[in-house]
Amino acid sequence: MSPPSDPGAAPAPPRQGFGSASRSGGGGKDSNGKDSNGKDSDGQLAEPERLGDDETLDLAAERVEAGVDEVLRTLDEELVGLAPVKQRVAEIAALLLVDRARRRFGLTSERPNLHMSFTGSPGTGKTTVAMRMAALLHRLGYLRRGHLVAVTRDDLVGQYVGHTAPKTKEVVKRAMGGVLFIDEAYYLYRPENERDYGQESIEILLQTMENDRDDLVVVLAGYSDRMDVFFESNPGMSSRIGHHLDFPDYDVDELVGISDLFLKKENYKLEEAAVPVFRDYITRRREQARFANARSVRNALERARLRQARRLVDLGDKVSRDDLLTLKEEDFLGSRVFENSEGGDEPSAPDDEKSES
Amino acid sequence: MKITQGMFSFLPELSDEEIGAQCQYALDNEWPLSIEYTDDPHPRNTYWEMHALPMFDLEDAAGVVKEINDARKAHPETYIRVIAYDAARHRQSVAMLFIVQRPTTEPGFRLERTETNDRHIQYKMHSYAADRPAGDRYQAK
Repeated sequence: MSPPSDPGAAPAPPRQGFGSASRSGGGGKDSNGKDSNGKDSDGQLAEPERLGDDETLDLAAERVEAGVDEVLRTLDEELVGLAPVKQRVAEIAALLLVDRARRRFGLTSERPNLHMSFTGSPGTGKTTVAMRMAALLHRLGYLRRGHLVAVTRDDLVGQYVGHTAPKTKEVVKRAMGGVLFIDEAYYLYRPENERDYGQESIEILLQTMENDRDDLVVVLAGYSDRMDVFFESNPGMSSRIGHHLDFPDYDVDELVGISDLFLKKENYKLEEAAVPVFRDYITRRREQARFANARSVRNALERARLRQARRLVDLGDKVSRDDLLTLKEEDFLGSRVFENSEGGDEPSAPDDEKSES
Repeated sequence: MKITQGMFSFLPELSDEEIGAQCQYALDNEWPLSIEYTDDPHPRNTYWEMHALPMFDLEDAAGVVKEINDARKAHPETYIRVIAYDAARHRQSVAMLFIVQRPTTEPGFRLERTETNDRHIQYKMHSYAADRPAGDRYQAK
């Protein structure tokens, strides 16, 4: 959106004019020769024009233009639950939008600190939200590329003296212009070994988070309790992080919602009788060790697919489209989750969960 | 005498921003970039030293510019060039090559004529800088 060059004109063009104006050229070019909707080819907002002190800015139009709603909507549709996280993401989006608007009136302020930490149990959607966050920041013009580089300790820490710094720096270079997502960040710090190279990596990261914050956003992710310990022992890290987001565990309803989304995507459906069985499965599985929320649900469905395939093959008969589509009650009842609870003798996690990471 | 090797060498020196834009063009074409330096400016000297490792899988030129600045700090008063490799046809061919740093004074070359048999003339390019030992050629006075 370009401001009209004469101060008396309408402050903002009508909303529906954005798409069409740029295509038809009807909106024309402003005095600087920029395209009137101010976007570059991949949908990122261009650096905003300076507005006069007495002009007004249509924030809603700006929102539409940046595609913020679109990102937030896909976040809402594709991720079940996580209300506090979604709210926080929406807040950050609003802050960045207002920050952009302020800059257009020449009200300069420091670029907001965008480094984040995502804490939560396994399978609560930390990586997915990080990906959405990268897209959001790209749309709002805070990241030039908006890609996500997901790394763990292995990618950052070297194996011998002098190996760590180049390795970490290489990863940082790869993440420039996007989000550096460090999964299980607490493994970087090993207090039991004072010669551990992880400390060196942390120091480089701290320096990067301070000096290159215009170029990349660092997201640290991990389980809540261990992240707390990590931040306690690295106060510098904690203070450089602007947003601490805590990902709550899913309840049974949300997990069922997640499985619905998954089944829909994979073109499967549950037989009428299987619905309560699957719900029962989730309830039981949740109580057991090594439950990884959405990931466990996905694995459970993968195993149900296996049993369904075996059932169909053993049948050795003609199959219909419906047979291939439907997961039946017995596909779930074959799980050891049910065996264990009936036997009641083995409290540990079932065997078929052992492949889970 | 300004050495003119590679691309853009007849243009005024590129600013960091312009270097970044050129690097971004290379990255957009999926050409990995690497940085090399030398203090032997002879045009036939193709073996420049590598600064750090070639940069694969980068998305944004900010990382390259950062590395170029590191190279400038580590090797002041040398020639530093950026190379983009194009591996599209399973060969490492140079797609772009340009100099991003030069020493403050470039003494240039002397042309030597040697008369050989039958009054044939052999020509030789002699770099004044190469009179001094490697590593000591462009130290600021």
